[in-house]
Amino acid sequence: MSLLQIRDLNVRFATTDGEVSAVNGINLDVARGETLGIVGESGSGKSQLAFSIMGLLARNGRATGSVRFDGAEILNAPAPLLNKIRAERIAMVFQDPMTSLNPYMRVSDQMAEVLMLHKGMGKAQAVAESARMLDAVKIPDAKGRIRLYPHEFSGGMRQRVMIAMALLCRPDLLIADEPTTALDVTVQAQIMELMADLQREFGMAMILITHDLGVVAGSCERVMVMYGGRIMERAPVDPIFADPAHPYTQGLLAAIPRVDQKGDQLSAIPGSPPNMTHPPAGCPFAPRCAYVMPVCGQTMPPLDAFAPGRERACYASLDVVRKGHAPQPDLPEPAAADLDEMQESAHDH
Amino acid sequence: MFGFILRRLAVAIPTLLLLIVLSFLLMHAAPGGPFTQERALPPQIIANLNAKYGLDEPLWRQIINYVWGIVAHFDFGPSFVYPDRTVNQIIAAGFPVTLTYGGIAFVAAVLVGVSLGVSAAIRQNSWVDYLAVGTSIGAQVLPNFVMAPILVLVFTLWLGWLPGGGWGGPIYWIMPVVALSTSFMASIARITRSSMLEVLGSNHIRTARAKGLSESKVILRHALKPALLPVISYLGPAFVTMITGSVVVDMYFSTGGIGRSFVDSALNRDYAVMMGITILVGALTILFSLVVDVLYAWIDPKIRY
Repeated sequence: MSLLQIRDLNVRFATTDGEVSAVNGINLDVARGETLGIVGESGSGKSQLAFSIMGLLARNGRATGSVRFDGAEILNAPAPLLNKIRAERIAMVFQDPMTSLNPYMRVSDQMAEVLMLHKGMGKAQAVAESARMLDAVKIPDAKGRIRLYPHEFSGGMRQRVMIAMALLCRPDLLIADEPTTALDVTVQAQIMELMADLQREFGMAMILITHDLGVVAGSCERVMVMYGGRIMERAPVDPIFADPAHPYTQGLLAAIPRVDQKGDQLSAIPGSPPNMTHPPAGCPFAPRCAYVMPVCGQTMPPLDAFAPGRERACYASLDVVRKGHAPQPDLPEPAAADLDEMQESAHDH
Repeated sequence: MFGFILRRLAVAIPTLLLLIVLSFLLMHAAPGGPFTQERALPPQIIANLNAKYGLDEPLWRQIINYVWGIVAHFDFGPSFVYPDRTVNQIIAAGFPVTLTYGGIAFVAAVLVGVSLGVSAAIRQNSWVDYLAVGTSIGAQVLPNFVMAPILVLVFTLWLGWLPGGGWGGPIYWIMPVVALSTSFMASIARITRSSMLEVLGSNHIRTARAKGLSESKVILRHALKPALLPVISYLGPAFVTMITGSVVVDMYFSTGGIGRSFVDSALNRDYAVMMGITILVGALTILFSLVVDVLYAWIDPKIRY
């Protein structure tokens, strides 16, 4: 049985503009020790998916469906049950290490309280253990630095502190929500390497949420591509890069600037993500899709397992999509005026 | 931090000196004097009186004499209007009273205001929230000079539960404290509520929740300190406004605090009493803003002096 089993998960937010559907009918399984990458652009619902697993949605958010962790239902579970699982069995590393640590508390206090709560340690023991964990994430002079406040650390060091804090109880599942987005590129590489090492060492499963396909390629076994709160494609990491089966995945890959190819125009997917207050009836990607057909605007295509371990949600035939994916992708480039028009019509909804 | 406190206290001395000189000059610039009466006194008597109190000397001389009296003997001089009482005596009689109900009112405003604000914030848009917000808006628009007579009307004249004035045991403290603290309580509740709401939406609170901490620990250990920062900044001006409020309380409830003496001395041109109380209030204000700065640094580790 998988460690994490999500069935028909929906996340809705009540806003003054109406109800926003951030996550729509997601099914997902994560096995023990596995690394799953969740990819999508801003607003694709990937972070809200993660928050709903841990019951950390904002106050106006409601999640429905089922999230089973190690067999037990945890979606909308009572606080005492969730609090036993949080940090102890599922831990999370957040996107922005600058603001995700409490600026008013010493790192030692912030870390020790986790161990005191879940492991019943005394303060001194908890601080000593926390310092050992800071050492494990390669913070130099951990014993001395643990007494500092977060603002006395650099961004990369703060994210190391966050990771160390998440790993204190040796959780079964680590959810990393864009752990390197706020960091510069060299630090990104160090953090990703560190996380991969620690994951091997602790044997935990990891959900890595990112919009950076490079990060995914280097560290994940499986990849799930999300758009408009839905799964577009899910496959092992190699076929995703070698043979993307969904137009959106193709578009994402084409948008990666390549150093080995000359060109001064960056390729981008035309249009902008849908307004999720009024999500399109059919496939959310249809308005931006090069392979769009009338049916796409009516119903959402089902997630279809077309090869072992590979699924995609698209009405366009696989052959057509594959043909469109030439080595040099030939996506239609709309004139600037068209693009503006599309964005405007998106606002008008 | 210790050095900072010492430095601030050192700066307080020239500040107080400036305060003394300015109020002294302002006071003497105002027309009239302590011996101006409806029936004019013979010039000879005025001259004698002025000589007795040193008012015949040039102004700069008077200031120096006054400051020297304070520095050398901690003597704020005799009252010009009540010849048998010194300023030290008047302050010694009134200040403990003001300090008692003022201190209680201040602490009550902070404790009740903060708890009200926090409970409103953690149950945002519930009846608790609406009740707290509604009550504090009501309380905030009710100035103390309206509050005081209403209290007397209800609790003294109608219900007969509380003495309508005077000063004695704790039963005499209730109405002055309520009249003085209500509007501050309301402001503090509203400030606490909005800053708590902001803090609760911040990323580090989500981290605290992700640790599995109970909601009460999240609030008390992680959210309360940052939520209190705007409240602490409000305390400085609130303290000064509260001192003016104590004048109203003293007038309505005849509590005998220094607020009454302050007003009387201003009306009677009782230079010495007025100066004495001005210096006292000035010193307290300086001390209090120091306390606020220290509290700030204690809460926010990024603030270091």
